Amino acid sequence: MSKSGATLFDKVWDSHVVRKIADGPDVLFIDRHFIHEVTSPVAFLGLEGRHLSVLFPEKTFATADHNTPTINQHLPVQDPLSANQLKALEVNAAKYGISHWGLGNPKNGIVHVVGPENGITLPGMTIVCGDSHTSTHGAFGAIAFGIGTSEVEMVLSSQCIMQPKPKKMRINVDGKLGRGITPKDVVLYIISKLTAAGATGYFVEFAGEVFEKMSMEGRMTVCNMSIEMGARGGMIAPDETTFSYIKGREKAPKGAEWDKKLAYWKTLPTEQGATFDKEYHFSGADIEPMITYGTNPGMGIGITQHIPLAAGAGGSKSSYEKSLGYMGFHENDAMLGKKVDYVFVGSCTNGRIEDFRAFASIVKDRHVAPGVTAWIVPGSHIVEQQIKDEGILDILVAAGFQLRQPGCSACLAMNDDKIPAGKYAVSTSNRNFEGRQGPGARTLLASPLVAAAAAVTGVVTDPRTLLAE
Amino acid sequence: MAYDKFSVLTSSAVPMPIENVDTDQIIPARFLKATERKGFGDNLFRDWRFNADNTPKRDFVLNNPIYTGKILVGGRNFGSGSSREHAAWAIYDYGFRCVVSSFFADIFKNNSLNIGILPVQVSEAFLDKIFRAIEADPATQLEVNLPAQTITIKTTGDHESFEINTYKKHNLTNGFDDIDYLQAMKSEIKEFAGKSIY
Ligand code: SF4
Repeated sequence: MSKSGATLFDKVWDSHVVRKIADGPDVLFIDRHFIHEVTSPVAFLGLEGRHLSVLFPEKTFATADHNTPTINQHLPVQDPLSANQLKALEVNAAKYGISHWGLGNPKNGIVHVVGPENGITLPGMTIVCGDSHTSTHGAFGAIAFGIGTSEVEMVLSSQCIMQPKPKKMRINVDGKLGRGITPKDVVLYIISKLTAAGATGYFVEFAGEVFEKMSMEGRMTVCNMSIEMGARGGMIAPDETTFSYIKGREKAPKGAEWDKKLAYWKTLPTEQGATFDKEYHFSGADIEPMITYGTNPGMGIGITQHIPLAAGAGGSKSSYEKSLGYMGFHENDAMLGKKVDYVFVGSCTNGRIEDFRAFASIVKDRHVAPGVTAWIVPGSHIVEQQIKDEGILDILVAAGFQLRQPGCSACLAMNDDKIPAGKYAVSTSNRNFEGRQGPGARTLLASPLVAAAAAVTGVVTDPRTLLAE
Repeated sequence: MAYDKFSVLTSSAVPMPIENVDTDQIIPARFLKATERKGFGDNLFRDWRFNADNTPKRDFVLNNPIYTGKILVGGRNFGSGSSREHAAWAIYDYGFRCVVSSFFADIFKNNSLNIGILPVQVSEAFLDKIFRAIEADPATQLEVNLPAQTITIKTTGDHESFEINTYKKHNLTNGFDDIDYLQAMKSEIKEFAGKSIY
């Protein structure tokens, strides 16, 4: 079934086109639809207004995550507006027969963490959700991207959306990564090279030795942030790493069904000789631990570097100065040694078990630095349980940290986890926009290792200096 | 949700020459808690527009009465970041029907078209001309002509054409949306679903 020279992206996209509209979008069939409390209520209201129903309720999955509290989840949610949204999700899911993992459900967690860990996300699928980091699921060789609320309504009522087919980009990273270099550093490095708008209009395939050797969790971190270079989504060809991650998960295919799907999945990777509208090549050996210094994810540098001069940073001087002004930084400042007030480990970018293992590897036998407030937030209850089972919780507690309950938390600060105005947070999340983590908050995006090094020293620190030999 | 039809819009414009305006600035996350699509315009650009004590920030363009109109002109890469359609709702609810920039983030562009805001992408040079014309005269009228796919600075006569696909143009001029279209092809979708392996 595979055309010669076809890309992974073409194969998945083309097999989902229900109808092509001349000089218009494709009508694309959607295999999996995730919904959460924030971007779905108005879509359900829209259905009601038009007297429509949900066409395939079994293809939609609901979880509460964006504004759930991360402490005392057993108590009623205090904020009446948040409580109202959570209630609306519960009521709508029940009304239309959609599976719903609300607060208190052992499967509850961030939508992009629970999809993969329960085997809902599979290679070759089209997956959408009213959240831009839906690109995470591309790690499995799926076409996955974020949509707006009108599109949520479309998918509920017709299981389709209408999208023009994006252009194709391939980003190759070859060679080996140095010690202490994580998938987060790889993706922050790529974004710093392409800029925050460098892949707008494209769907990206990540390829090369670095991604082939990467774990599924690492691949999810990378694909998660493809939106931060403007891409519609990112994807990585499914391989043995993918298949062994999926096998045995609750909703994954079993028995003969598994064999059939597996045979199909093996036909998906991009063929030799395929062409892309744009292609980049980077070397893994060039990548340092990364950190951002500005107010978009493209404003990142190696942790030992100095903040670039406006002239060398691209974009307009006034926008650059506005950004540094917000951060309270100056051109040519060193990042190492900058004071850190808060550390946030979590989100759908870095809220999986490997991220907490990495964090623990540095804080073990050390102690949280005076003046640092750390929020350690697992991506799901399953991750929370793994943290406990693997003894990571004991390491955290001994080092003076507390584990909070799962949810999006300070990634977008819709609940009470807000970084105060003017304070600096090293965060493993995905956006450093002005006010993203609370009005006036200043965010430095980085890996869990960089977050750990900041947490135990109170300043921006190269994690390689703290790693055990 | 139905929206007004779009044909030719002639209006003064509000200039915002800032690059990478992201959706967290257009509408901060803490205002996304509504379960209805109402009142988002009040919080458009909330943290750029108001101080922490809710007094207006004097130097922000939306608080400057000399700039008015139904067209918002933004810097490069407008609407990056989150998929929240609330950003487009806030712009619409505030009273804008058209956003002009030299580059739009994908999801924002889609969301805008879906709710009846026309995103007009112009060249960097033309964007600059618009900013300079408004700087010289804040009452400068822009004409956005959807049928002809042109944007004109009335005072100088400078104009440029912009792109939009035929399907979306048809929708906007008639006030239709994608849901209407998809409902009309339901049996085709069901047949397709029957062959799906997932
Ligand atoms: S953790 Fe952040 S990016 Fe991920 S789904 Fe939640 S709000 Fe979105």
